[in-house]
Amino acid sequence: MDFVIILQAGVASGTVLLFAALGEILAERSGVLNLGVEGMMLIGAMSAFSTTIATGNPWIGVLVAMFVAGLLSQIHAFIVITLQADQVVSGLALTLLGAGISLVLGEGLSKAGTVSLMPNFSIPLLSQIPILGPIFFRNQSVLVYIGYLLTPLLWYYINHTRGGLHLRAVGEYPSAADALGISVFRMRYLYVFIGGMLAGLAGATISLAVAPGWFSELTTGGQGWIAVGLVIFAQWDPIRAAVGSYAFGALRRLILDIQGPLTLFGADNPFYYNPYLGFFLQMLPYAFTVIVLVIGSREAIRKRLGAPAALGNPYIRGERGK
Amino acid sequence: MAETTLAKQRTRPWRIKIEPRLDEPPAWFPAAVSLGAVLVALILGGILISFAGGDPFASYAHIARASFGGIGVLSDTIVKATPIILTALACSIAFRMKLWNIGAEGQFIMGAWGASAIVLTPVLAAETSRWLFIPVMAVAGMIMGAAWGFIPGYLKAKFNVNEIISSLMLNYIAISWANFWVFGVWTEGGFQMSPMFPDTAWLPRLSEYASSIPLFRGLTTHAGLLLGIAAAIVLWFIVFRSRWGYEIRLIGDNARAASYAGISITRNIVYVMMLSGALAGLGGMSEVAGVVHRLQTAPLAAGYGFTGIIVAWLAKLNPLAIILVSILFGALILAGREIQPSGVPKMIQGIILVCLIASDFLLRYRIRLVRAEEEA
Repeated sequence: MDFVIILQAGVASGTVLLFAALGEILAERSGVLNLGVEGMMLIGAMSAFSTTIATGNPWIGVLVAMFVAGLLSQIHAFIVITLQADQVVSGLALTLLGAGISLVLGEGLSKAGTVSLMPNFSIPLLSQIPILGPIFFRNQSVLVYIGYLLTPLLWYYINHTRGGLHLRAVGEYPSAADALGISVFRMRYLYVFIGGMLAGLAGATISLAVAPGWFSELTTGGQGWIAVGLVIFAQWDPIRAAVGSYAFGALRRLILDIQGPLTLFGADNPFYYNPYLGFFLQMLPYAFTVIVLVIGSREAIRKRLGAPAALGNPYIRGERGK
Repeated sequence: MAETTLAKQRTRPWRIKIEPRLDEPPAWFPAAVSLGAVLVALILGGILISFAGGDPFASYAHIARASFGGIGVLSDTIVKATPIILTALACSIAFRMKLWNIGAEGQFIMGAWGASAIVLTPVLAAETSRWLFIPVMAVAGMIMGAAWGFIPGYLKAKFNVNEIISSLMLNYIAISWANFWVFGVWTEGGFQMSPMFPDTAWLPRLSEYASSIPLFRGLTTHAGLLLGIAAAIVLWFIVFRSRWGYEIRLIGDNARAASYAGISITRNIVYVMMLSGALAGLGGMSEVAGVVHRLQTAPLAAGYGFTGIIVAWLAKLNPLAIILVSILFGALILAGREIQPSGVPKMIQGIILVCLIASDFLLRYRIRLVRAEEEA
């Protein structure tokens, strides 16, 4: 077991969670809770893979995945923004719908064989830095580098630009934003769409880079839900989301690798000699998500931080007190 | 928003006006809207099926024939509906308090595991009377389900942890837990299943009475249906006729008012999650003792918990309506197994839920055609 390799692979697999969490942060900052991340990721993974089979070009696959997942997110947007329905139930419905559609349209894709994937490359100079170089900058997928760029950009956008100010206003105090002439409805539709596109990108990152292929619902295996949990842990901050995502990615990789060696820290490796213990290892990402939620929620209570104030509430123009 | 988009149409003599309903719609109206939503969903599903290269008419005709086309298949439909009744009841009681327990799937599996542990550990010997075996298994299933519901309930009450995500994460943990026991401890000759339960641990089936009533020959409907119906009736009394049910409804409608009235919200969160988990756990016990007859993960983790969410919503959280809606969804799942492509039932469920949520708009708003002059 080489920890540099584990962390290197962890960064790659954490990129999936990162894109999904960043998208959810944008949607939630605008006041819309979208629990359909898992469904949007599935439809993204499926359409990225099938488009790449059809065209031979993974870049087109990624773009189609983002567009299709963005379209799917607009169903949720219409139901919760225009029709003012409950955001939790609509998000659940979106997950079921996304999973169902991708299973139907992805029929037979699992036997489709291999496709050309998103390119991997190393960054000159940066990859020579000891330890950090190989982990972050050596032979990573182009999508991983996009994740490095996107995280600080979004952080800057949300906290230090006019657009970000409007975004936060719409999520915290929509009637005040409305009074200032910001279109609450248009902003929410837009950020739900961008959130959907990023979830689609997360799906494409799985099927075209991290774990290539289409394995029906096992393709995502609950990572969309973990991403929703990470957003709460990250307290709607892109930088914290990145740290959490990479840590989770490393954990996933560690679970795979820990079952390989005969000995562990000088003793017999119990996971090698009793492979059934592996089922307990498989629980870890999910158990950690719960633990991370407890930590995040306690911290939120202590620091009096909270979700965007209008999260989960429909905006109804002219209604008092919102 | 509706006003602004529609203002452009002012040149036309007629325009559509959307206004909030001030009075309650007639009693038949919500049911009609739900039915309409399901019909729209089936049409949309048909379009998607043909888009994927299937024949929607053949698919739907097949679903109807393969689920209601004779007493044998009708019995199979009811067998499929039984676990859904219990998971939907589980979801309905939590949803009534606006607790989003989407962990019914995991609670169901833990219930099945608890019931199996009685047989496989073994806690009770194979010769034990069925009259003792079945109740002990049912209690074990409910305890395990309640324990699995307690975790997200406690975390929500104590730390304000989002129950949606915690209960969902526990689904995956429950599947791994069951897999560990199926593969590592109770495996039958290395296969992915435990040994078959002794028939004293089986829920009675209709076919057992075929010697006295020939009509029942080969029918697999089992006593789990009775458990489901009994649970629905008990839940109806709890929700609509008990003090506790009143508290639950009050918290769901207005948590702040309930809190001012002296109702403990945190305690009710934990209790309701445990009741919800116990119902789902009973569903798991019913499935393992009535259908699978062994602990095996694949047929148990078949999405009953998620279907329960939709059924609870479609039945407007009414325990008695849940029984009827469950039978319709049992039909969809039963017939769906043979339909290609294989994701069709799941997709149709998703579309139905989307249409249902969207249709709720019609219950809150009235859509009228008005003359333009009236407006001016």
